[in-house]
Amino acid sequence: MSARRLAAQRREGASQSRTGFQDLYRAWMRHHRLSAADSLYRVLDKPLSSVLTWLVIGIALALPVGLNVALDNVDHLSSGWDSPAQISLFLREDLEADRAQQFQQALAAREDIAGARYVSREEALAEFSELSGFADVLASLDENPLPDLVLVTPAGQGGEAASALREELQATPEVAQAVLDMEWLQRLNSLMELSRRLVLAVGGLLVLGVVLILGNTIRLAIESRREEIVIVKLVGGSNAFVRRPFLYTGLWYGVGGGVFAATLVALSLWFLSAPVDQLAALYQSGFQLSGLGIMGALNLVILGGLLGLTGAWLAVARHLVEIEPR
Amino acid sequence: MITFDRVSKRYDEGHDALREVSVDIDRDDLVFLTGHSGAGKSTLLRLIMLMDRPTRGQVTVDGRNLATVGSRAIPRHRRDIGVVFQNHQLLFDRPVFDNVALPLIIAGYDYQEVGRRVRAALDKVGLLERERAMPVTLSGGEQQRVGIARAVVGKPKILLADEPTGNLDPALSAEIMQLFEEFNRVGVTVLIASHDLALISRLRHRIITLREGRLVSGSAA
Ligand SMILES: Nc1ncnc2c1ncn2[C@@H]1O[C@H](COP(=O)(O)OP(=O)(O)O)[C@@H](O)[C@H]1O
Ligand SMILES: [Mg+2]
Repeated sequence: MSARRLAAQRREGASQSRTGFQDLYRAWMRHHRLSAADSLYRVLDKPLSSVLTWLVIGIALALPVGLNVALDNVDHLSSGWDSPAQISLFLREDLEADRAQQFQQALAAREDIAGARYVSREEALAEFSELSGFADVLASLDENPLPDLVLVTPAGQGGEAASALREELQATPEVAQAVLDMEWLQRLNSLMELSRRLVLAVGGLLVLGVVLILGNTIRLAIESRREEIVIVKLVGGSNAFVRRPFLYTGLWYGVGGGVFAATLVALSLWFLSAPVDQLAALYQSGFQLSGLGIMGALNLVILGGLLGLTGAWLAVARHLVEIEPR
Repeated sequence: MITFDRVSKRYDEGHDALREVSVDIDRDDLVFLTGHSGAGKSTLLRLIMLMDRPTRGQVTVDGRNLATVGSRAIPRHRRDIGVVFQNHQLLFDRPVFDNVALPLIIAGYDYQEVGRRVRAALDKVGLLERERAMPVTLSGGEQQRVGIARAVVGKPKILLADEPTGNLDPALSAEIMQLFEEFNRVGVTVLIASHDLALISRLRHRIITLREGRLVSGSAA
């Protein structure tokens, strides 16, 4: 820089309020605020197309997140049954009631059994008719179709020990049939694992879709402001300066999409909550659907914002440098 | 202030827009650049603004060899130069004030300073009353004056104008030229490309003439 130039700058120094680092920082912050406000204004200025964009992003995000919330609920519900496993012993029909009671006490005394509960066929029928809602049908039966029952809870954890115990009990003369209520739990667990992975894969694809949608939206915004970009570059706007409003546009679309997604998930849960409550009451369960929660919703909004920024970055990196004054 | 040293510019199509042009424009001078359409006037201005790079030769602006200015430094370089275009290049979705304020927003001035400077610039071009008007509601001459206000608002040391009176009638053109003379008087180096010989020969400033990319007169100050 020439001496003359330096002298000229010093002369201007008083009126030129951008000398120190602090001033630069303030100017930078000012432009961020300006870009954020201007972009938000532009997004809100076209409510219909913005709401459509938000809805598309919202649905794409709500789908995997909603499914995941549903799986969480199933997990929560089934964790109550997970362990210990239970073995149902259906007693031989010709077994007398006091022999059955003795058998139950002998079982309860065993080391490898945590508990044994005797359910007489009458109790079983009463319980079943109450829970199933088939009371009338059952009352019209001449004969109680249910056998006496002993419900055995194995002491040890682990499916193998329970399986071995079931086989041993199956062999005792009092027992007509021994059923280990665990296979379906294992099946449920592997089904859940599979579902989680599916949701993850679908979620990954949808997230990619969201980024592409946002990238395309920003590309169109850049295209529609091509002349303005040229002018800004002509009067000395840097790439960062030109880029900033578009990054904020992406951010606003993403954040709005996240808000829509959280709302959609909450609405679906609300829509499902009445029948679920009914079902839970029927099974004498205090189970309640749990939703995203405040933190979950907030995370969803942040995720939306990050995806918006990513999409905008991709679009800006590709299309903004191409636009140069000619 | 602006020096061209045997500068040639050949466009990709193989057309030579400038051939071996050497010229020196002094600090605080007002110089006209003339020649027929296609003579290379715009090309010369574009090289100063770094909208293009020369094929051969060297351009120096304010002591800086432009070959040393990398693409990341181009915005900084352009902020030191005010430019006026024939087609104004205004933002038509924004009022006059915002158009003029653009270079200051880019440079990062605070709002008070922006308001003060924009009003001063609009005052100089006689458009203080129209700061909230949209550009489409202005006449061609007024639009050009908005362009000039935007070019000078950042107090650049160099002012370039490419056919600034191209679409204006003679009376308005004379007014616009007068404005440029006023800025020149307060110490701005001004370079105006114009093919309106009748107008510029009346104004008694140095005239550089290009023909088919060659400098044919006015090389010496
Ligand atoms: N971007 C470009 N690509 C190819 N040729 C160009 C380009 N710009 C200008 N030219 C050619 O260069 C020559 C000089 O153009 P220009 O500098 O615009 O002349 P003037 O401004 O004096 O009318 C013309 O023949 C024109 O066709
Ligand atoms: Mg031209």
